[in-house]
Amino acid sequence: MIRSTHLPLVVTILTFLAAFVLCSGQYPAMMSTRVVANLLTDNAFLGIVAVGMTFVILSGGIDLSVGSVIAFTGVFLAVILRDTSIHPLAAFALVLAMTIAFGAAMGAIIHYLDMPAFIVTLAGMFLARGLAYVLSTDSVPITHEFYDVLQSLYWKAPGGGRFRLTGMVMLATFIIGMVVAHRTRFGQNVYALGGGAQTARLMGVPLASTTIGIYALSGGLAGLAGIVFSLYTSAGYSLATVGVELDAIAAVVIGGTLLSGGSGFVAGTFFGILIMGLIQTYIVFDGTLSSWWTKIVIGGLLFAFILLQKGLTWATTARRKPLIDFAAP
Amino acid sequence: MKLKSLLIASAMMLAPASVMAADLTIGFSQIGSESGWRAAETTVTKQEAEKRGIDLKFADAQQKQENQIKAIRSFIAQDVDAILLAPVVATGWDEVLEEAKDAEIPVLLLDRTVDASEDLYLTAVTSDLVHEGEVAGKWLVEEMAGKPCNVVELQGTTGSSPAIDRKKGFEQGIAGHDNLKIIRSQTGDFTRSQGKVVMESFLKAEGGANICALYAHNDDMAVGAIQAIKEAGLKPGQDIKIVSIDSVPDIHLAMAAGEANATIELTPNMAGPALDALEAYLSSGTTPPKWIQTESRLYTLKDDNQAVYEAKKGLGY
Repeated sequence: MIRSTHLPLVVTILTFLAAFVLCSGQYPAMMSTRVVANLLTDNAFLGIVAVGMTFVILSGGIDLSVGSVIAFTGVFLAVILRDTSIHPLAAFALVLAMTIAFGAAMGAIIHYLDMPAFIVTLAGMFLARGLAYVLSTDSVPITHEFYDVLQSLYWKAPGGGRFRLTGMVMLATFIIGMVVAHRTRFGQNVYALGGGAQTARLMGVPLASTTIGIYALSGGLAGLAGIVFSLYTSAGYSLATVGVELDAIAAVVIGGTLLSGGSGFVAGTFFGILIMGLIQTYIVFDGTLSSWWTKIVIGGLLFAFILLQKGLTWATTARRKPLIDFAAP
Repeated sequence: MKLKSLLIASAMMLAPASVMAADLTIGFSQIGSESGWRAAETTVTKQEAEKRGIDLKFADAQQKQENQIKAIRSFIAQDVDAILLAPVVATGWDEVLEEAKDAEIPVLLLDRTVDASEDLYLTAVTSDLVHEGEVAGKWLVEEMAGKPCNVVELQGTTGSSPAIDRKKGFEQGIAGHDNLKIIRSQTGDFTRSQGKVVMESFLKAEGGANICALYAHNDDMAVGAIQAIKEAGLKPGQDIKIVSIDSVPDIHLAMAAGEANATIELTPNMAGPALDALEAYLSSGTTPPKWIQTESRLYTLKDDNQAVYEAKKGLGY
């Protein structure tokens, strides 16, 4: 049993390592600190939002609003820092409070009105994107000196790679995410909810607070990803990060989390992100392939992992079946 | 360990050979292929690179700034000799351009500029976007010769510099001529399909008789709008005058059929001047001016549009 639940994670890690070795065999420059640092920095916002998405998918839900929330956060920060003299840290706190509340509200609607997460978060997606447009349709630059301070925080490794603050924030988010998922009551409740709402209720899982907590967490992490994205581009732009929610979902699934919920690992998502980043890097290194190959390869990987999941579920249920037959009257 | 030393050894063996051949490796981060003009720019850039024996690494960003930043970082990691960048938005480039500067890789901007310190890039090759809009506005002023005219405007991608500047230029071009009035202005995102959809909504909201001219920030949106005008039972080019920018083959075909009235050329050959400047810089250290302007030529129905179409259609528009 333990082996079959860990298998997707192992496959993901092996896929990443094999891909990295293959890529560096062809382009030795890929085995450099620059590429490693770039993988962390360039995917920081996606990684952070994918941690939240992992919790949502583990619980059997989906959150389509995160890409729009990232864009909204960026535009909100840019506008508030341009128009008021508020300190960025205060603005960060304010925007995080807003995105957490936004996520919690969606969670509450999903639970109390018994609505599909797909529809509720789709509404959230339009709402957040629309709000971003209302704030500003132009790309608003952020010129606060505190941003320069944050951007200058990096460790330059030998070989020229720059490990930036944002990449470290992503790593910290993953580590905290792993602890929360595997070592806390909330994490256990998320897994239980993903196993089936009915059984979770019978097990005494507080469904309301868990559901609200999950979407609040996802909203809050989308807000954090928005802050990281605003540091990444020094600007807020309402058209930014369109479709990032789908990249995050892809990373979670490639990372070995079951789309139906209940099984998966936060660590797997990390490698899912790295695999996607690696594909993009390879295609740029090659320089002749169309960049749409990124999508094709990710699509192929997704299919492969879904088939793997299906196969595993089939294998485990097939083994259990005699027991069920025996229990039936 | 053995593998690593092997790799280093092979890299050392290859390195002098590539220096002797003096061939350059250049990364080109392109926005995407949202319009025919963009595709032609990509084709011409590849042709120009091939002509000069340059190894061009091409990265299509699919309209996303984060993809462009990633591509530039990968180019730096590959240690290319120079980077061509057609930036999707003006803001947010300081950090990655500083990394390129740190690695002593010159960056040349194509077709659009950025809001960053001038020492972060070698030069920018662009057309004067405001001037293009102004040429379009002035053409309409002359065409109308004082008659009252309600103009609808199809804007480019919200917040992009061509959309901002072409709007500004057109307004400058028609300034002081109260007979011309912009009654509606909305974004068509530089695409044919959106141009059609937005034009349909203009026609519904205003009524075809109330619109006398259309100004589109690019030809693709104008081509989409022509379709919408036809479907509304009106004659494009006669009932509604159409002026747009870029000079793509399809608009010349429409002009040859009398369905559009004027276009201002935005040459797709931005890479030619950029690579000339780069080669001069690398061989003799000549620092180019910070801004290299390309020509903005006006085509009207007086030109042989069929011939222009034939000449341009092979470029990948």
